[in-house]
Amino acid sequence: MLQEIILAGFGGQGVMSMGQLLAYAGLEENKYVSWIPSYGPEMRGGTANCSVTISDKEVSSPIITEPNTLIVLNRPSLEKFEGDIQPGGWLLLNSSLIDLEPRRQDINVFKIPSADIASEKLNNSRVANMIILGAYIQLIGAVSLESVVNALKKVLPEYRHDLLPLNRRALELGIELAQKAL
Amino acid sequence: MGKVLMKGNEALGEAAVRAGCRYFFGYPITPQNEIPHYLAKRLPEVGGVFVQAESEIAAINMVYGAAGSGARVMTSSSGPGISLKQEGISYIAGAELPCVIVNMQRGGPGLGGIQPAQSDYFQAVKGGGHGDYRLLVLAPATIQEMVDLMGKAFDLADEYRNPVMILGDGILGQMMEAVELPPEDLSFKIPSKPWATTGAKGRTPNIINSLYLDPLELEKHNLHLRNKYEQMRKESMGETYKTEDAELVLVGYGSAARVAKAVVDQGRARGLKVGLFRPITLFPFPKDDLQKACCQARHVITVEMSLGQLIEDVRYNLEFKVPVHYCGRVGGMIPTTRDILAKIEALTNLQGEGEEV
Repeated sequence: MLQEIILAGFGGQGVMSMGQLLAYAGLEENKYVSWIPSYGPEMRGGTANCSVTISDKEVSSPIITEPNTLIVLNRPSLEKFEGDIQPGGWLLLNSSLIDLEPRRQDINVFKIPSADIASEKLNNSRVANMIILGAYIQLIGAVSLESVVNALKKVLPEYRHDLLPLNRRALELGIELAQKAL
Repeated sequence: MGKVLMKGNEALGEAAVRAGCRYFFGYPITPQNEIPHYLAKRLPEVGGVFVQAESEIAAINMVYGAAGSGARVMTSSSGPGISLKQEGISYIAGAELPCVIVNMQRGGPGLGGIQPAQSDYFQAVKGGGHGDYRLLVLAPATIQEMVDLMGKAFDLADEYRNPVMILGDGILGQMMEAVELPPEDLSFKIPSKPWATTGAKGRTPNIINSLYLDPLELEKHNLHLRNKYEQMRKESMGETYKTEDAELVLVGYGSAARVAKAVVDQGRARGLKVGLFRPITLFPFPKDDLQKACCQARHVITVEMSLGQLIEDVRYNLEFKVPVHYCGRVGGMIPTTRDILAKIEALTNLQGEGEEV
């Protein structure tokens, strides 16, 4: 198993923490993992991205040029990375903010209005990233829901553990929506 | 203690604290900023001192002072900042003081870029500043190894009274990986340093200096240093991977070696007899281990994120007995397994042997 994932979006949408959660969840399952951010001269409101590898083998280069999964939360990220996805790979996109149709025909695409769903169903737009991460868990299955939740417990400081149920609900919602779509 | 996910720069900072480092002087530069960021918070917790100096030159001279007083002290920087520190590093080497210097390499020359590179190889292993001197240079390839080498770096610095450089790069600094930290031993005492300037009450003063105006005296000092660098040879370390029957050996260090290791597995899956030699110490260079790893190789390829720096030491240490080829990317680009496999296949399909590709 080798999952090479690029996660991208606006700064503040939670792509970096989503990536760290995935890596931590992989570690929970005793897999080799790496996480590396883009660290260019980023500007406020600009795009941020990180690369996550989850593997049965040692990770060679953590920098990913051809992801087998791309998770994008905004339009510039889709435009930037769509062409790099490996044929047969997955594209998960936040259709609340992306009004563009993916051009690739040789990949699997899952569109989910995660920002709208987060606001409407959970009354908190900030867990949009967790909804799309839930969809990832369901569609690709590289890590389990329980591992992600365990990772959350480690990543969130204790005084923020009151947010765990909300995040879990968001993950489950993503899983449900992906199940329905399949 | 179990494995935790940590960013390379932060893990390095924590490993330094656990190795007894209590003083850090530095100046910010990407991609190593998380080291000072981490230590600014961490060192005061253990009674240490963190100073963000007004410049790299000031920082390295603070290291000089702290090392002279016998402390475990560290600085870190990247490319341009390491260049600025060279004068101080030369003084520290001349005055024979222990310290650890971290270089998280980025692309150069000049301001270059901020993405990972290995283009400071010559600067690290050939001295770097003025005068006849060497640094002990350690080149970790994983965050775990970076952490494991931290304690060793301070021990070697004390043992040889010589600056030790940890040569990383932007990848190792920025990435997160699983790591197990050494236990924190608060009762740890650093080795006694009778030469240190700790206040001369009741004894003759210790003098820390690198000025020898009498050429005969300076020559004596130079020869003493050379002798010390010869002694360091026994510290050389390298890793071999599937070299026993390898007809083609890849040689690379740090991040480049990670990619090369994946190439060995991919090449083996295609039936190619490929192996990897990874120097862990770049000075002293693990000559004997390299020769042993390459004894049946028909070709050697260096995989580096520089324009042919490592290759010079590989050719020299193999005594020009095996053709050595170059495969690399520069400027912040990372060589891919595909690039390296293409190079290997071009070489193995070659008709005439020893021909330059």
